[in-house]
Amino acid sequence: MRKGHLENRREFLTGCLAGAAALACGDGLLQAEALRPQPREAKSKLVVARDALLRGSGTGVDPARALALLDRAMQTLCAESEPVGCWRKIVRPGQRVAIKVNALGGRGLSSNVQVVDAICERLQSAGVRAQDIVIFDRDTAEMEHTGFRIRAGGNQVQCFGTDRVGYEDTLSRFGSVGSRVSKILTRQCDVLINVPVLKDHDGAGITAALKNMYGVIHNPNKCHPNGCNPYAADVNMLAEIRSRARLHICDATTACYEGGPGFKPQFAWHENALLVSADPVALDHTGWQMIERKRAEKGLSTLEAEGRTPRYIATAADAAHRLGTNDPRRMILSEVRVA
Amino acid sequence: MQPIDRRSFLLCAASAGMVGSIRCRAVSPAAWPAAASPDDSRYRKEALFYQKLPNRRIKCKLCPRECIVGDKERGYCGVRENRGGTYYTLVHSRVCAAHIDPIEKKPLFHYLPGTLAFSVATAGCNVDCKFCQNWDISQSRPEQVPANYLPPQTIAALAAQNRCPTIAYTYSEPAVFSEFLMDTADAGHQAGIRSVAISNGYLQDEALRTAYAKMDAVKIDLKAFSQAFYRDVVGGELKPVLDSLVTLRKMNKWTEIVYLVVPTLNDGDQEFRSLAGWIRTNLGGEVPLHFTQFHPDYLLRNLPITPVSTLERAKAIAEGEGLHYVYIGNVPGHPGQHTYCPRCRKVLVARTGFEVRQMLIQKGGCPFCGQRIPGVWHS
Repeated sequence: MRKGHLENRREFLTGCLAGAAALACGDGLLQAEALRPQPREAKSKLVVARDALLRGSGTGVDPARALALLDRAMQTLCAESEPVGCWRKIVRPGQRVAIKVNALGGRGLSSNVQVVDAICERLQSAGVRAQDIVIFDRDTAEMEHTGFRIRAGGNQVQCFGTDRVGYEDTLSRFGSVGSRVSKILTRQCDVLINVPVLKDHDGAGITAALKNMYGVIHNPNKCHPNGCNPYAADVNMLAEIRSRARLHICDATTACYEGGPGFKPQFAWHENALLVSADPVALDHTGWQMIERKRAEKGLSTLEAEGRTPRYIATAADAAHRLGTNDPRRMILSEVRVA
Repeated sequence: MQPIDRRSFLLCAASAGMVGSIRCRAVSPAAWPAAASPDDSRYRKEALFYQKLPNRRIKCKLCPRECIVGDKERGYCGVRENRGGTYYTLVHSRVCAAHIDPIEKKPLFHYLPGTLAFSVATAGCNVDCKFCQNWDISQSRPEQVPANYLPPQTIAALAAQNRCPTIAYTYSEPAVFSEFLMDTADAGHQAGIRSVAISNGYLQDEALRTAYAKMDAVKIDLKAFSQAFYRDVVGGELKPVLDSLVTLRKMNKWTEIVYLVVPTLNDGDQEFRSLAGWIRTNLGGEVPLHFTQFHPDYLLRNLPITPVSTLERAKAIAEGEGLHYVYIGNVPGHPGQHTYCPRCRKVLVARTGFEVRQMLIQKGGCPFCGQRIPGVWHS
């Protein structure tokens, strides 16, 4: 039998049961929102939390302030008075959580280690065991270069790339995409927390929550034509991703408005913000507008004028995908600041 | 296809089995150097065929896709990466498949029949055919596929050691490892070993002229004769492939064409007729054309195997359009695998599967009527 396909009834039924189990294991409010097609009257909640003093007197992010910023964002999103209450809406004790970071931009423009550490801390306070948390991206060396401490085994938070464990042999398909998915996601994870970086992207227009899932599949290079449209939307529809994606925490502590996705210091700025939502489409749309405002401030033309409109965001919102909304009238946007 | 009796069937099956078990063998692990180290620096060389752009971006000039690649990003093929504004191939000497195959498996039927080809591939491809049989390597990034370090001189030595007169660059798309292909062809020629490329022909003119100038023969997969098929099923374009065929003709490079017949997608009479007419007009009637049978795989698993009758219809149409050497492929034992003299119609090369059972061509001609038979023959 050739690998890569559901060949028989047993595999088909196993796949169905696995999918049903993945759906059944998450009973949190946010997950339910993310999984169900959104009724027309429903609105997506999105929080943009900022802290002008996030870096204190230095250039690096202050860990304590990163934790405070995360708490502020999550408490606003979940309408909870205590951080732990927020996280208990996202995960349950005993669940395994994968945190998908973005380490492509090196130390200058990757998911911030202090922010990720803050997420891990809160997950543990909500009852998730350290060893059941894995921080991952596609490549271990890239993560290490970014500042993540690589860890595997023992009673500690795990941290390594998919290159250590590989991709599933079977192809997952949706629309234009046929891909093998990271085994970290399929075998070590019940809940996926997506921690992208807000960046300009020379092909896609921008990259944030939706496109960060390219780091979960084996063939992202095949998903870049036509400004990543519809590929970025289709990738997020893959069953392994959609059934697990629970929360998106976009790192805009440092963002870039031009020249992305690689780090070019002349085009980066310190927004000192986190964008948090269960709706990746609303998050991407909002992040796109932030980049457009910065581009206007710097005297650059719009992405549309450059022929780089991130059209995949609208595709992700269409009837074939329903991953969220790109209509600001259907978003509840809260902008908060840490004092 | 004519029905065959039980004895003939068993004879064909046994022949095919021998071919499979004896001649299509993997290179012994003992012949491989030690496994590659995690450090990929020895596979990385600055790429040919690209242009530097502002802000550390580059434009790839290898294939018509012309990927504009930002720093730390890769092109569509997945094996060429921009690092700080310099474009690198990541697959030089990074061989993920090495086998000794009959040259008929490529297929090249008018090129040293009955000989072996030391066949190598790296990961990567510049298209994404939904029917790809080798998608597990062609649609992967190099670091996702087990590979060994096989530099050009080693490949040439292994080919000679295994009595292969030819090195074939095949299985994935050799255009994406052009630098490695060119260096290996040079090493092979120094050792008296020829080189052939098994390619989709989706290259820019300069890359084609530079890289395939070092080839002794080329087989081009012409996936269809419609742009719609190339757009929807291949993820490429038809015209550049046709241009490549014309260029190879001008380069006087021995070329054969394979057309995989996919039921309902590229199997219309008019498409066969247009294809054959174009070949006759632009390349001449002597170019071998192989109509091969589709088998469901990768992303195209909902279609049946191509009926043999469809292949026979395609062959008849192409011959009617004036092509002299039209073959049926992937159907072991079919008489459409043989080479016939276009004048006296006698069988000149008889094949079963990948096995050459009879080779009568002498000095490039038919021994019965003297008709010249085009190709690269034994000296």
